Amino acid sequence: MSEAAAVDHAHGVEPAETPLTPESWGKLGMWVFLAGDAMSFGTLLAGYAIMRGNSANWPNPTEVLGISLTAFMTFLLICSSVTMVKGLDAIKKGDQEGLVKYMWLTVGGGLIFLALQAYEWTHLINLGLGLAENKWGDSLFGTTFYIITGFHGMHVTGGVIYLAVIAMRGKKGVYSATNWNEVEIAGLYWHFVDLVWILVFTFIYLL
Amino acid sequence: MASESHAQHDDHHVSYMAIFWWLLALTILEVLAGIPEASPAYPQLLKGALLVIMAVAKAALVALYFMHLKFEKVALGFIAMIPLVLCVFVVLMVLPDF
Repeated sequence: MSEAAAVDHAHGVEPAETPLTPESWGKLGMWVFLAGDAMSFGTLLAGYAIMRGNSANWPNPTEVLGISLTAFMTFLLICSSVTMVKGLDAIKKGDQEGLVKYMWLTVGGGLIFLALQAYEWTHLINLGLGLAENKWGDSLFGTTFYIITGFHGMHVTGGVIYLAVIAMRGKKGVYSATNWNEVEIAGLYWHFVDLVWILVFTFIYLL
Repeated sequence: MASESHAQHDDHHVSYMAIFWWLLALTILEVLAGIPEASPAYPQLLKGALLVIMAVAKAALVALYFMHLKFEKVALGFIAMIPLVLCVFVVLMVLPDF
């Protein structure tokens, strides 16, 4: 991007402006995508509620699934949301090094989350919880558990790649105090993944 | 113009650490409310209500402050609310099947 183009971009000079997010179309695009994505998670959770409500032998989730590990995973995602906003704050002040540092910290949080989820899945599979088998009761318990946490895990994987790209572009000096729109949009996605986990943790693990 | 919009963003600056502590505290409270099994002294309805209220509060904190929804145009908030409304609708639609 030429410098003139970068400056134009920072001033919101685009073919047309959207009144919803005057500073960029990209931000509106991300919000619309996230609203659609929320519907996917929403229907999965609604389906879960219906299957559980109609089941006679649904196990108590806190007995089958470990709570301490997933509580820590929740804590980890909350921390990674904080490093994300710190990264955006840094680049708004023109601190490129701060941005790169905080972005890699956020990516690290996401990677540890994924590693812990892989460990959790392996552990549960070895204990006898499968997609279609569950020695604690209704087999749909395993089906819904793996589909919902797996769908979320894929979102974390996508987010880790997305944020790593932002970190590498930040390292190249693409972003500045007048050009941080892409960082903010990536942050929206990451916070959404955190938000969904908060709900998954409550509905799948605790309730 | 750019500096103006930045000044505006600074006005919106919230203490992210305050939000972090709220989220952490609510997570701990949620775990404490979620671990004990439902019993006559602690009915499932109470347990469910406590957990749902705390989860919604946490999700709202993330959306309002980390995703800056509080500082966006109100209409953008409507877009964000659509999935929530539709999901409540989906659940209500299938309730007769229970």
